[in-house]
Amino acid sequence: MANPVNNEIRYLNPPTVEVKKKKYCRFKKAGIKYVDYKDAEFLKRFLNEQGKILPRRLTGTSLKFQKKVAQAVKRARHLALLPYVTDLLK
Amino acid sequence: MLKQYETVFIATPVLSDAQMKEAVAKYLDLIKENGGEVVYEQDWGLRKLAYPIQKKTTGFYHLIEFKAEPAFIAKLETQYRRDERIIRFLTFAMDKHAVAYAEKRRANQAEQK
Repeated sequence: MANPVNNEIRYLNPPTVEVKKKKYCRFKKAGIKYVDYKDAEFLKRFLNEQGKILPRRLTGTSLKFQKKVAQAVKRARHLALLPYVTDLLK
Repeated sequence: MLKQYETVFIATPVLSDAQMKEAVAKYLDLIKENGGEVVYEQDWGLRKLAYPIQKKTTGFYHLIEFKAEPAFIAKLETQYRRDERIIRFLTFAMDKHAVAYAEKRRANQAEQK
């Protein structure tokens, strides 16, 4: 008998269901074929504040291009164009 | 068979401009001697390094794009390692997408000048 009572849980504000933004691979969309390791500005978009490479689930890039980006970032780090670790990159 | 390569090296900021040119000329001649062909060359000048290398925070960057025999790369890299003016280098074999990208970059580079 008590069951119907407690299932009417009234929320203060309606629960906002996170509208799922369709992620796309920006390389496929823009038709970019090659990720240049010398272009630090472009690579910075794939790094977080500490200079770490962002995972695919956040950037939405496809596996093929995520590997190219990771390889390019590591080369840029080798050439000191990008830091290995920093506190405020942006 | 000549493959296309791209090499970027950083020279210590300590050395003067003349020494820097001489170092670059040395590598250009090395490429030409061993049957290579320099496609493009670009000097980025003095730039700040993202992290100190050998206690130095700036360095002369230089980019050389060239075609060469694959066997030559090992020789080039031993030269880099022996030369103490060069504090860091990277050689990169360019695939067809990289070559296409480099041409496009050179085109708009020439435009900007």
